[in-house]
Amino acid sequence: MTTETLATTEPTTQPGKRPLVVRQRRRRPRILAHVGLVLVAIVMLYPLLWMVTSSLRPNDEIFTSPGLLIDTFDLSHYPDGWNALSKPFGSYLLNSALVVLGSVVGNLVSCSMAAYAFARLQFRAKTVAFAAMLLTIMLPVHVLIIPQYVMFAQLGWINTYLPLIVPKLLATDAFFVFLMVQFVRGIPRELDEAARIDGAGHARIFLQVILPLMVPALATTTIFTFIWTWNDFFSQLIFVTDPDLYTVPVALRQFIDAQSQSDFGALFAMSVVSLIPVFLVFLFGQRFLLRGIATTGGK
Amino acid sequence: MSAIGELRTLRRDGRGGLTADQKQALAKERRRDSKAAAVFLAPWLLGLVGITIGPMVASLYLAFTDYNLLQDPNFTGLENIQRMLGDERLGKSLLATLTYVVVSVPIQLAVALGLALLLDRGIRGLALYRSVLYLPSLLGASVAIAVLWRLVFGREGLVNAFLGLFGIQGPAWVAEPDTALGTLIVLHVWTFGAPMVIFLAGLRQIPRQYYDAASTDGANKWQQLRKITLPLLSPIIFFNLVLGLIGSFQSFTQAFIVSNGSGGPADSTLFFSLYLYQEGFAGFRMGYASALAWLLLIIIGAFTALNFWASKYWVFYDD
Repeated sequence: MTTETLATTEPTTQPGKRPLVVRQRRRRPRILAHVGLVLVAIVMLYPLLWMVTSSLRPNDEIFTSPGLLIDTFDLSHYPDGWNALSKPFGSYLLNSALVVLGSVVGNLVSCSMAAYAFARLQFRAKTVAFAAMLLTIMLPVHVLIIPQYVMFAQLGWINTYLPLIVPKLLATDAFFVFLMVQFVRGIPRELDEAARIDGAGHARIFLQVILPLMVPALATTTIFTFIWTWNDFFSQLIFVTDPDLYTVPVALRQFIDAQSQSDFGALFAMSVVSLIPVFLVFLFGQRFLLRGIATTGGK
Repeated sequence: MSAIGELRTLRRDGRGGLTADQKQALAKERRRDSKAAAVFLAPWLLGLVGITIGPMVASLYLAFTDYNLLQDPNFTGLENIQRMLGDERLGKSLLATLTYVVVSVPIQLAVALGLALLLDRGIRGLALYRSVLYLPSLLGASVAIAVLWRLVFGREGLVNAFLGLFGIQGPAWVAEPDTALGTLIVLHVWTFGAPMVIFLAGLRQIPRQYYDAASTDGANKWQQLRKITLPLLSPIIFFNLVLGLIGSFQSFTQAFIVSNGSGGPADSTLFFSLYLYQEGFAGFRMGYASALAWLLLIIIGAFTALNFWASKYWVFYDD
C-alpha cells in the first residue's frame, strides 16, 4: 500500500483492523472473480441442462431454440426410449449394476489385501513388486486387450461378465492398491503392535484393526469403481456382444444406430437416465471423491 | 505422495521410511511376514502374471505374426512393421491422436490451474463452485455425454442454434474434417474438474507464511504467483501433465460415438485406440493390432520419459 492511497481515503483508526482502503481494493476483484466463475459454471452446465430439457420437449422443438424454457412438456420420450430396444432399458441398467457390483466387491477385497501387504509387511523383492504395481497404473489397456480377448474366448467367457469382473478380483486396478497403501501408511503402527501383543495374527490385524480404520479409502474406491465401471465403454463393447447382456453404454450406442435420425427426444431421455446413477453417486459421495483425488494427487 | 513421486524416490528409500527400531523389530517377524505376504498378495500376483504380464508378452509375440483369431498365428517377422510404414490410415491416426493430445492436454491444465487459483483465495461459495466445475469430469467419459456432444455440435445443434441468434450459419461441426477433432478437444477441456481439484489440494499445502513474507518484501501478486505458487505447485502440474498425456493418448469412447465408430470424417477423429479397435476387433487383424498396441505403448513411454527428463528443468521438489 502506498502513501498516496492512504492520503486520499480515510483510514480506519481502530488498531488491529485492516485499513478501509485495503478492503475496498480487495472487494472489486472478488466480485469480478464471482462473475467469471458464475459464467464458467453456466457454460459448463449448459449442455447438461439442454440435454435434460430436450428430453422433456417434443422432437420438433428440440433443435429450434437454444433456450432452456419448455413450452410444452412432453414426457413421452421416457417410455418411448425405455422400450425402444429389444429389451426394456431397465434390463440394461440391471446388467450394468451387476457388473458394477462385481467390480466394486472385487476391488475392495483384492486391493485392500494387496495394500495391507505393501504397507505393513516386509518380504523379499518388495521394492520390485511395488514398482511393478506402480508401473501397471500407467500401462495402457490396449497392450493387453487382444491377448486377454483370446484368453477369455478360450475360457468361454465372451458374452459373460467374467472378463469385466475377474480382473478386478485380481487387483489389476493398481490405482486403488496405491490409494489404499497411502491410506494404510497413515494409520499408526502402534495399533497393529498393540493387537500383535494381544496375540492377533496378520489376518486378524487386517480384518479387525486396519479394515475398520480404512473405511474412507474403501468408500473412495467404491465410488470411483462405480463411476468408472458404469462409464466404461471400451471393454464392455469388446466382451459383451449379446444384445440380451448389453450394459448401459453398449445399449446406448445401439440406440444411436437404431434411432439414427428420428427420435432424438428418446435418445436424450435414455442418456439422462444413464447418467442419473453417476449423478447420485456424485451427490452423496462427493466428500470421498474429493478426498480421494486430493490424497492421490497430492505430492 | 503421488504414484509418480513414489517411483522417483523408490531407489533412495526402498523400505518406505521405517525407523531403525522398526526395522529391527520387523527383521524378527520377517518369516511371519513373508508367509502372510504370500497370502495377501496372492490375488494381486495372479493378476499381475495372468492378466497383465502374460498378455503383454503374448501381445509382443502376436505383434510379429499374422494372427486373425481363426487360424494359428504364423510368425511373419517384421512384416507388420513394414506394413505400418506404408499404412496411410496409421499416419492419419497418429496425426489425429497427437494433435488431440498436444492441444487438449495443455489447454485443459491451463484452465484447471486458472480456476484453481481463482478458487483458492478463500472465495465464498467455494464448495458449490468446485462441485459444479467438477461434475463434468465424472460424466465426460460416458457414452451419454459423447451422444450429447454429437447433438450439441451437429448441424442443427445447440452451438449452431446460438450462432443463429447472431445470424451466423455454423457448419455441422462433427461432420466436417476441419472441425470434428476440435469438438473432441472442447469435450476434453470441458472435463478440467479433476485436475482442478488436484491443483486445489496442492495449493492448500503451500504455507501462508511464504506469501506473507513475500508481500512484506514488496512482492506483488504476479511475482508471488511466479516465484512461490508455480514453483511449489510444479510437482502437481507435472503429475497432472503425465496423467493427462497417458490418459488422452488412450481416448476412445468420445471419438467412437461422435464418428459412429468410423473415426471420420476423413479419418480426422481416428484416435489410435479406435484404429486399433477397427483393425483388431472389426477386421480381425489381431497380429497387426498387437503391433499397433506396442507402438502405442512405445509412444506413450517415450512421451512419459521425455516428460520425466524435462521435469528436471522445471519441477521443483521441496523435499
